[in-house]
Amino acid sequence: MELIRISTAGSVDDGKSTLIGRLLYDNNALTKEQEELLAKKTAEKGWEDPDLSVITDGLIAEREQGITIDVANIYFSTETHKFIIADSPGHVEYTRNMVTGASMADTSIILVDSRKGLLEQSYRHFFISNLLRLNRVIFAINKMDLVDYDQDRFIEIAIQIQKMVENSAPEMNYAIVPLSSLKGDNVVHPSQNMNWYKGKTLNELLHEAPERIVTASSFRFDVQQVIHSQENGFTDYRAFAGRILSGKVKVGDEIVALPSNRTSKITEIRRFKETLNEARPGDCVSISLKDEIDISRGVLLTHPEAIPDQSNEMKATLVWMDEKNAHSGSKFRLMCGSRNFPVKIQSIENKIDTTLATKLANTDSIELNDIVEVTLRLSQPGYFDAYTENKKNGVFILVDLQSNNTVAVGFKQ
Amino acid sequence: MKNQHLYDLENESIYILREVAAQFKKPVLLFSGGKDSIVMSHLARKAFYPSRIPFPFLHVDTGHNFPETIAFRDEYLKELNADLIVRYVQDSINENKVQEETGKYASRNSLQTVTLLDAIEEFGFDACLGGARRDEEKSRAKERIFSVRDDFGQWDYKRQRPEPFQILNGKIQFGENVRAFPISNWTEEDIWSYILQENLKLPEVYFAHERKLIKRDGVYIAHSDYLNIVDTDEIEQRVVRFRTVGDMTCTAAFISDATTVEEVLKENVASKHSERGARIDDKRSESALEERKKGGYF
Repeated sequence: MELIRISTAGSVDDGKSTLIGRLLYDNNALTKEQEELLAKKTAEKGWEDPDLSVITDGLIAEREQGITIDVANIYFSTETHKFIIADSPGHVEYTRNMVTGASMADTSIILVDSRKGLLEQSYRHFFISNLLRLNRVIFAINKMDLVDYDQDRFIEIAIQIQKMVENSAPEMNYAIVPLSSLKGDNVVHPSQNMNWYKGKTLNELLHEAPERIVTASSFRFDVQQVIHSQENGFTDYRAFAGRILSGKVKVGDEIVALPSNRTSKITEIRRFKETLNEARPGDCVSISLKDEIDISRGVLLTHPEAIPDQSNEMKATLVWMDEKNAHSGSKFRLMCGSRNFPVKIQSIENKIDTTLATKLANTDSIELNDIVEVTLRLSQPGYFDAYTENKKNGVFILVDLQSNNTVAVGFKQ
Repeated sequence: MKNQHLYDLENESIYILREVAAQFKKPVLLFSGGKDSIVMSHLARKAFYPSRIPFPFLHVDTGHNFPETIAFRDEYLKELNADLIVRYVQDSINENKVQEETGKYASRNSLQTVTLLDAIEEFGFDACLGGARRDEEKSRAKERIFSVRDDFGQWDYKRQRPEPFQILNGKIQFGENVRAFPISNWTEEDIWSYILQENLKLPEVYFAHERKLIKRDGVYIAHSDYLNIVDTDEIEQRVVRFRTVGDMTCTAAFISDATTVEEVLKENVASKHSERGARIDDKRSESALEERKKGGYF
């Protein structure tokens, strides 16, 4: 079964939770308990149509306020596919949660209220989907029932979307669907009210495998820890446990350990009781080497002919996720897998206006939900690749030195 | 043929378990003897092999467990060569830290929190590995992989750290601790498929067996001395199995003939009931679990 990871985003009251509820309901994917809850809550509210939002809004505060605050992960399957939906909040205050939700997705669904058209948040969500290099964006033009299923209104919004895409990310793969989550039009069942729409339903689009963006495949292995054991029949077993971020590696390959630049050969690749000839991206394995070289947590193993950027300076795009502002000169802890060291914001190059997709120079502070381009001064070489070339080795977080909060996610340029 | 989906999930969990071992000074694995903690400990075994699992196991024993689960626990941990710490809710009751609930629905489930927080303090654990899954319940769906708790163990969804790209930030201040959930993204079906694939052993209560039960509000509960049985309860003998294994007092039994993992898997998928539907403690209100989590429950 193929696994499809989706993230949803929209502004407040675009009907996002209802859309997910509808998707599950019409795919016959609700549990008996969810069906009971749905019936009960709908009766309490006295609604004509089922109140499908109760299926995902899980926190007391969310149900009270009728909004989504935090990312919820929803799992369901149809006969052919498994889905994980990261249901992210729409409110501008929770943009950080939207980034979190989208970071694990292949496809993002951006909801647009047909009465309102594109809002600031729609532009922001689209910009972020592109920044994260998602494979595909689906615009769900929701609440079509409230504009009398009007084709002209749909076309107006489609033109707005087309302009936005051309202006900010012309290469993005996208689709636009008119629907009503409340009434069920074009979510799973084709609409009887919009015969003018000949395209696919949202569900059909989700079942199509999006084209994967192929990124470079240099071998990158982040050492999580050293396993040294004399148990289970081993004498002096020594190996480096970690996960292959990208690329492939084989027994016999020559590798280099960064930052020491010492080289050695791979003698064993182990996964539990199995030894492998080759390991692939995503694999958690333990690698043994021919020579006893100094390797500990935080070391990156690569092939000697493909070493990533070794400099102490890095240009990056940051999405700011904390209430506390940052300035040039502010210091943070950079974390990415096992790499973890202090960095300083050397200069803020510009702030990005996500609605116009333009850059504003002369910025001296970074505030919550800002997207900025900065130059970071690193206390040691970062060995990152550009995010556009290597998604797994091009991304990091910044952590506040006092509060320990995660304050930003960064993408190496 | 390799099940790629389970393989991906396994990779993700092993990565998280290794991060916990590396980022924290004193982690502990919360072990209940249920299927999720069995899968989690099997993954831990894989993550650190050939070394033994580098942290102890903690069982918060309510005293109301199925005897089969306790027998299984002791056998299994011996096989794993892991250290087991047991702390008893009964001790917390004796020390007047918590009071036993009364009435026909009395359960020790929410009392566990106090015993757990005391154990965290006693040993100075800075990370507790839990086998919670996001598909279990609506407030669980909002949980991070690293969930930071203050020194009262409280879960504050507004303080949750974003985890973009699953980069895990385990930096905490003194007194705080983290609940880490390595099998967050597994569904119940994934768990059973994995048990089948890895040929894992489980306590017998998960499979169909004959048992003395009481029928209350249309639900079957195991007959035990821990239950306050009232006149309206009907006592019956039936062939049942349990889909989740918590306390005997708050876990509902299913009428079933499924005696193997394959049969259980098939039956669960066909039933369309969620597994939490069998937890009587969650039926107290729509937000029962969220309330318990805010209070320090895992």
